Amino acid sequence: MYSLVPLITLFPLLGFLANGFFGRKIKNEKIVGSLSTIAVTLSFIVAAAIFIEMLGFPVEERKHVVSLFTWISAGTLATNVAYQVDQLSILMTLIVTGVGSLIHLYSIGYMHGDRGYWRFFTYMNLFIFMMLNLVLADNYLLMFLGWEGVGLCSYLLIGFWYERNFEKSTTSEAAKKAFIVNRIGDFGFLIGLFLMFVTFGSLNYDSVFLQAAGLEKGNSVIMWMTLFMFLGSTGKSAQIPLYVWLPDAMAGPTPVSALIHAATMVTAGIYMVARSSILYALAPTTMEVIAVIGLLTAFFAGTIGIVQNDIKKVLAYSTVSQLGYMFLGCGVGAFAGGLFHVMTHAFFKALLFLGSGAVIHAMHEEQDIQKMGGLQKYMPWTYKTFLVGALAISGFPFLSGFFSKDEILWKSFANGSAAYWVIGIIAAGITAFYMFRLVSLTFLGSERFDPHHVHPHEAPKTMLIPLIVLGVLSLIGGFVGIPHVLGGSNAFEEFLEPVFTAANDKMLLPFHDAPGVEISLMLVSVVVGLFGMYAGWKIYTEKRQIADTAARKFPLLYNLLLNKYKIDELYDAVIVTPIKQTSDKFLWKIFDVKIIDDALNVSAKTIDKTAGVFRKIQNGVVQNYAVVFVAGILFVIGWLIAR
Amino acid sequence: MIPLSHYLLLSAVIFSVGVVGVMTRRNAIVVFMCIELMLNSVNLTLVAFSSYLGDATGQMLVFFVMVVAAAEAAVGLAIVISLFRNKQTVNIDDINILKW
Amino acid sequence: MTFEQIVFYSLAVVTIFSSIMVVVQRNPVNSALYLILDFFCLGGLYLTLNAQFIAIVHILVYAGAIMVLFVFVIMLLNLGDTHKLADRLNMKKIIGIAFGLAFFVELLYLLGFGTTRSISQQSPAAPEIGTIEYIGKVLFTKFLFPFEVTSFLLLAAIIGAVILAKKKIIH
Repeated sequence: MYSLVPLITLFPLLGFLANGFFGRKIKNEKIVGSLSTIAVTLSFIVAAAIFIEMLGFPVEERKHVVSLFTWISAGTLATNVAYQVDQLSILMTLIVTGVGSLIHLYSIGYMHGDRGYWRFFTYMNLFIFMMLNLVLADNYLLMFLGWEGVGLCSYLLIGFWYERNFEKSTTSEAAKKAFIVNRIGDFGFLIGLFLMFVTFGSLNYDSVFLQAAGLEKGNSVIMWMTLFMFLGSTGKSAQIPLYVWLPDAMAGPTPVSALIHAATMVTAGIYMVARSSILYALAPTTMEVIAVIGLLTAFFAGTIGIVQNDIKKVLAYSTVSQLGYMFLGCGVGAFAGGLFHVMTHAFFKALLFLGSGAVIHAMHEEQDIQKMGGLQKYMPWTYKTFLVGALAISGFPFLSGFFSKDEILWKSFANGSAAYWVIGIIAAGITAFYMFRLVSLTFLGSERFDPHHVHPHEAPKTMLIPLIVLGVLSLIGGFVGIPHVLGGSNAFEEFLEPVFTAANDKMLLPFHDAPGVEISLMLVSVVVGLFGMYAGWKIYTEKRQIADTAARKFPLLYNLLLNKYKIDELYDAVIVTPIKQTSDKFLWKIFDVKIIDDALNVSAKTIDKTAGVFRKIQNGVVQNYAVVFVAGILFVIGWLIAR
Repeated sequence: MIPLSHYLLLSAVIFSVGVVGVMTRRNAIVVFMCIELMLNSVNLTLVAFSSYLGDATGQMLVFFVMVVAAAEAAVGLAIVISLFRNKQTVNIDDINILKW
Repeated sequence: MTFEQIVFYSLAVVTIFSSIMVVVQRNPVNSALYLILDFFCLGGLYLTLNAQFIAIVHILVYAGAIMVLFVFVIMLLNLGDTHKLADRLNMKKIIGIAFGLAFFVELLYLLGFGTTRSISQQSPAAPEIGTIEYIGKVLFTKFLFPFEVTSFLLLAAIIGAVILAKKKIIH
């Protein structure tokens, strides 16, 4: 079965090629959509088969590398296109193909009637192909290929409705922003890879990790390497300071937000950190940086989410915040916990996005939650599944988000510090609050839309099925990782642990066996979460005046949050404008025009003038040529004589 | 007896006169005639060497030079005719289309 | 002075004179006539060199064919008008004459210091070499291939001349 791994990537590639070349000619939307969906589903089936086979193997034999062909062989750099199947990559593959196929199915209904129907599915399949290359690669170069590839697809899909306006500018501006901000991160990643190649002489996982295992902790080269690679992660996974692109990425169609900007692509950064866990384990400084950045992102993005009025924007900031949690987990050495959250987050955030898509669809492209309300009775199934997603993300006991979030919070307390835990728990409360604000404003309370023009309706079946499947997964997805204190076996962590053994050996984390503390911390977080939920629900269904008063009492804070801490403006003023000014005033008008162009023009003019002198010799009169001819003979004979 | 060098000297004189003619005359046909003059001076040299050295190769070469001269005269005069037809002149100062 | 010397020097003087006249004459018809004289003298010189065949062929080809072509073209184009192409002394002419003289001086220098000065006697085989029989033998044995190639050259020249001189080129 392991040898079938190439099939996993082959199907989406075939789907991409088929739709890319013939999609425009196939007029039937159903064929185009099903083709892509089936391609991804087939990948999922193959991945699931491999996963089941893997479970049958003893732990030591679960890793396999399937080499396809030599990709680059130059000097000491020898890279194959090879897929590494192990616990980590198969988990990511299952998430990508599983959630991916559900979202593809959903898109058949959501994108119905769109002009670029075939284009959409082409990009989506290309994205799946690239993402699978990213997670299945057995070396950093192929991972980087996938990394760039998903960035490209993200760009293409954010700007999918390139003719539409988005907020103050256009969707293509948002796409460009995403691409450029990602480029900054990718640049860091690339430097990290260069450092890696210089240090280890290879980019293959096996070779690098084997050599890294022999190194001492606190190596400064490794520290810089991991810091640069983490810069790449902050770009791809939308962390401070490079998170600014993700909220704007909501300009794309909602399934794209669900698939790329919530469930899969943005978790690539966490996957990369987890994959390189041994390197990060060697650099405690980097680990601390990751934890702090993750924590800050989780907190600040959450606070922004409180006041946003665009349904997708709220979810976008929520995604940024949840990604912060995942990094917090990785930063304190709980890689398995981080990935657990990746998985559950993929379920409930995809669910929430798809639910919001159904709402937007029903409201005729209206995204402002202030103009919604009371949708519960029009779209009961969407409401129920959305509620499940909200409960899961808020950490309602025994739903998927509860287990994964608690795992991270507990590890941040046990391996990190109490401060991490306190901020984390506040952020969790904020999450619960704004999620229930969102639910209340959208589905509950009074109807604030114009009933004459807007007739909300339940979503079609192709859209509902994915919602229900994801809803079920959000409900029960956490049971694969029930912690020991609650009587579970934490099967998830156990399954993934072999991948992180080397890292754990380096980190030498203290073993905490304090079930009492763990239980009480868990209770605190549950209480905070429940309080947040209740507050969000109560204020925004019944006591709106509390929110309004708060906004009026603290106008400064409110505006700061509403304007997202003015980070975009800050970047604009500090980075973008100076670069533009320098490019315009110096690089273009002085350097390019005065130096480069003039150097070119002057040399051309010099040649022209010199040629003008010599040109006169070439006057076309044969006799003059004869004279020159004779002069040449005279010279040659004279030279022969004089010699 | 006449030494070889006298033949060569005579040939050199004729050749030089031909060179001057090519460089100074403006009438294309006269220029042509001067070229024939130069060819003939070379022929004289070749025949002289042939006789003085007792080798027939020189006379063979003269034979081939004549063939080339005949061909050249035919083509060259045809060119002059077509030029005259187009430009109404055989003044080679006015014929400067041999550029660009 | 032997008879041989008298013949050579008188022919040489006439040759040089007629060559100069070819260049100097304003009327191209006169130039052509002097050139014919020149060719006859050269034919005589070939005879003094015991090259009978070459002498005859020379007269036939040059005086008989090539010069007729020249005169024919001159007449055809009606270039007898001497005023139209009157050459005046100008910079170009001075340069041309100077270069010609310089060229002559260089040739003289080469002649004066060359090894040819020592050869003063025709080869005893010379009378035999010049005969038609000997030349034919060599031409059709040793030089057969170049001889055949000349036929292509002449064919090409015929075609080229016809095409160039035609009134209108067929498109």
